[in-house]
Amino acid sequence: MFENLPLWPARASTMAGNVDLLYIFLVLLSLFTCVAIFITIVVFVTKYRRRLDGREAQQIEGSVLLEIAWTVVPLGIFMLIFAWGAIIYFQERVLPRDVAEIYVVGKQWMWKLQHVEGQREINQLHVPANRDIKLIMTSQDVIHSFFVPEFRIKQDVVPGRYTTLWFRATQPGTYHLFCSQYCGTQHSGMVGQIVVMEPAQYQAWLTTGGAFGSLAANGASLFAQLGCPTCHQSEMQGRGPILSEVYGNPVRLEDGQTVVADDNYIRESIVNPSAKIVSGFKPIMPVFQGLLNEEQLNELVAYVKSLNPPPAGSVNSPGIAAAETKPQQP
Amino acid sequence: MATAAVTTERENYLNAEYGIKSWLLTTDHKRIALLYLISITFFFFVGGFFALLIRLELLTPAGDLVLADTYNKLFTMHGQVMVFFFLIPSIPATLGNFLVPMMVGAKDLAFPRINLLSWYLYIAGGLLMLLCILTGGVDTGWTFYTPFSTGFSNTNVTEAGLAIFINGFSSILTGLNFVVTIHRMRAPGMTWSRMPLFLWSTYATSIIFLLGTPVIAITLLLVVMERAFGLGIFDPTRGGDPVLFQHLFWFYSHPAVYIMILPAMGVVSEIIPCFSRKRVFGYKAVAMSSIAIAVFGFLVWAHHMFVAGISLYAALVFSILSYLVALPSAVKVFNWTATMYKGSISFSTPMLYALGFIGLFTIGGLTGLFLACLGIDVHVHDTYFVIAHFHYIMVGGALMGYLGGLHFWWPKITGRMYPEAWGRLSAMIVFIGFNLTFFPQFILGYLGMPRRYWQYPPEFQVLNVFSTAGASILAVGYLLPMVYLLWSLRYGKLAGDNPWGASGLEWTTQSPPTTFNFDETPEVTWEAYDYEHIPLPMEVTLER
Repeated sequence: MFENLPLWPARASTMAGNVDLLYIFLVLLSLFTCVAIFITIVVFVTKYRRRLDGREAQQIEGSVLLEIAWTVVPLGIFMLIFAWGAIIYFQERVLPRDVAEIYVVGKQWMWKLQHVEGQREINQLHVPANRDIKLIMTSQDVIHSFFVPEFRIKQDVVPGRYTTLWFRATQPGTYHLFCSQYCGTQHSGMVGQIVVMEPAQYQAWLTTGGAFGSLAANGASLFAQLGCPTCHQSEMQGRGPILSEVYGNPVRLEDGQTVVADDNYIRESIVNPSAKIVSGFKPIMPVFQGLLNEEQLNELVAYVKSLNPPPAGSVNSPGIAAAETKPQQP
Repeated sequence: MATAAVTTERENYLNAEYGIKSWLLTTDHKRIALLYLISITFFFFVGGFFALLIRLELLTPAGDLVLADTYNKLFTMHGQVMVFFFLIPSIPATLGNFLVPMMVGAKDLAFPRINLLSWYLYIAGGLLMLLCILTGGVDTGWTFYTPFSTGFSNTNVTEAGLAIFINGFSSILTGLNFVVTIHRMRAPGMTWSRMPLFLWSTYATSIIFLLGTPVIAITLLLVVMERAFGLGIFDPTRGGDPVLFQHLFWFYSHPAVYIMILPAMGVVSEIIPCFSRKRVFGYKAVAMSSIAIAVFGFLVWAHHMFVAGISLYAALVFSILSYLVALPSAVKVFNWTATMYKGSISFSTPMLYALGFIGLFTIGGLTGLFLACLGIDVHVHDTYFVIAHFHYIMVGGALMGYLGGLHFWWPKITGRMYPEAWGRLSAMIVFIGFNLTFFPQFILGYLGMPRRYWQYPPEFQVLNVFSTAGASILAVGYLLPMVYLLWSLRYGKLAGDNPWGASGLEWTTQSPPTTFNFDETPEVTWEAYDYEHIPLPMEVTLER
């Protein structure tokens, strides 16, 4: 009977075991607390039930010692749970180094996925097992949420910005992808599959059809097509900043602030360029809000990222294929 | 009871005046409480009807009973009606209205006309909500998340927003009335430390009404204005921030959970001492924990947003604060349990509801620890785990407290006893039906079933069938009191002035009380829950 009634989903990522361990601890702790309280109540209501012999209740004022005890002891336990949960949350939120990137666009009511190598998928995401994958996600309409129960991960996908999520799948197989943030009529139809493959199989999958050139290459042609090189020249200073070596580095702004040029910064600088003006430049760039769809934006961001010279000992492309040639991390 | 026949003839607030006008223009807090009782009962059954349709749809994995859009409207309107038009006004506006003046020993609330105004505001909001439902409904979820609600939904979002906006003022005025009454109108000798704990929790609730409700009003107004005039506060394509809405919304709506549960805690703090014949254990701790819940409750809102894209450190702060707000609730449970130690316990219906409250609230509270825990919340957020958790608090807790209180004070309100055997049966059915409905949802949630799903993968069906079966039992449990309480109005045994032998000034008046409650202002010379000196009526003594 219990094969049909599992208590948790399959554990298919490195995170799943950690989350389940804490969950099981909390379930046992709650069971213990519940049983202790319920037994106490049952004993009290039985032992001290009203009797016909006229025995009266014994008036007790309270006890400061007990009040302190049952405040401090739970507090200690709560802090333990908090710390344990915080550690797992850190693991979930802090990205590992050298991670393969995949772009995700949510829209009513489907998931669109762009591999750096150029493959595009809808409602299905192929990933290799035992490889850290980072999802760079945005929505083109309302808020969605990317939820894979078997991986124990979830992140809201918010229009107008990138949110990120990472995982490392451990078990080849097919898993649920749910939208968990209510998004309208077909919310429950905004579901898909995560297909986890052995690395070799995945390499084979990458070569089978569908690719239209890498994401960065598409971004490069879009960049040219939109006339961006007129100002953003690659060799000499134009009317806009040179874009090589921008990504990941601090940028000094006109108002004296310094920000790190991450994905969100680059995205914002395309759709709403006057939000953050680089020091020494004028706010002359046209606004691209509404002129580019989210997938095109992703291509442009991928292109700008590809302009960085490869760091020593690493590979230029953050894609999975390039990284596959390197020795696997244990 | 030899005096029974005479009791009915006595003048009381029910027979003081007759005619529809005497009700619609009344400023008597007790009559207004009854107006509220009738209106919130109506909305409870409206919301319950939606719940029933939701559970029937979820009986099968395919979306087959209603259309997807209809389903989305059903859970939205279930939430909005139940939260804003039943749970939030439930105990404060009915039992609170009836009891606050009587418990402090006053003739009425501080502002009787404003009290009537708040009922009219409730009715205005309620009628607008009904209009909104009848003309097509809303589909945003009760949470109105932007930018879906502002830019994408084609349903009656504006009407629903305005209905809740208007209804909010009813809460604010009720809260104001209670705060002023408790501060200014306590009878001589009724010091703060002698107040019944129901007053403490009502006071804490009123503070949330006053400080929190204006924020939801402003937030919903912004949503309405963004829809009507394209304001661009929340719309990212116009420079707005959709996540800002969530901060504003939860700044009220998390404390709103305490609006629902605090009064129920107050009710339980009255019932348990009465049926244990004991002073409540740790009076000060229980009183102060109500205030602590109200204060800390304002500092935990972003625990609804751990996966919404807030910063790592904000999440840490809100997680740790959420654990702090759990403490006073735990303290209450321990004190209620300790109150029964060496008591003289009887199992009348109110006590069964109170015991059921402790059981369900404990489960609801413990599962709250899972949700406050960052590592677990990422997985269970927006799944059925959350649904189960808040129903344990809001239905298992608040509604059990409400029903317990309604049975407890029914003799005072109506002058009649409800049929005890039926009462106990209903308490038991509600408890069993509730657990069968909502416990499977914890497992469903951890397995990964997202909330607000019209259709779902077939592997989730077994647990959903359990849940729907439980809901049908629960429905019987809620219909029963409706029937026998109405029956008791005519055929119920006449209640004496103090059938339970309970403490509290409200029990020193006649049942039902006269229009001005007390013939002369009482003077309090005893501590709260002075059960040592209150004799038990004869029939209660004999009854085990």
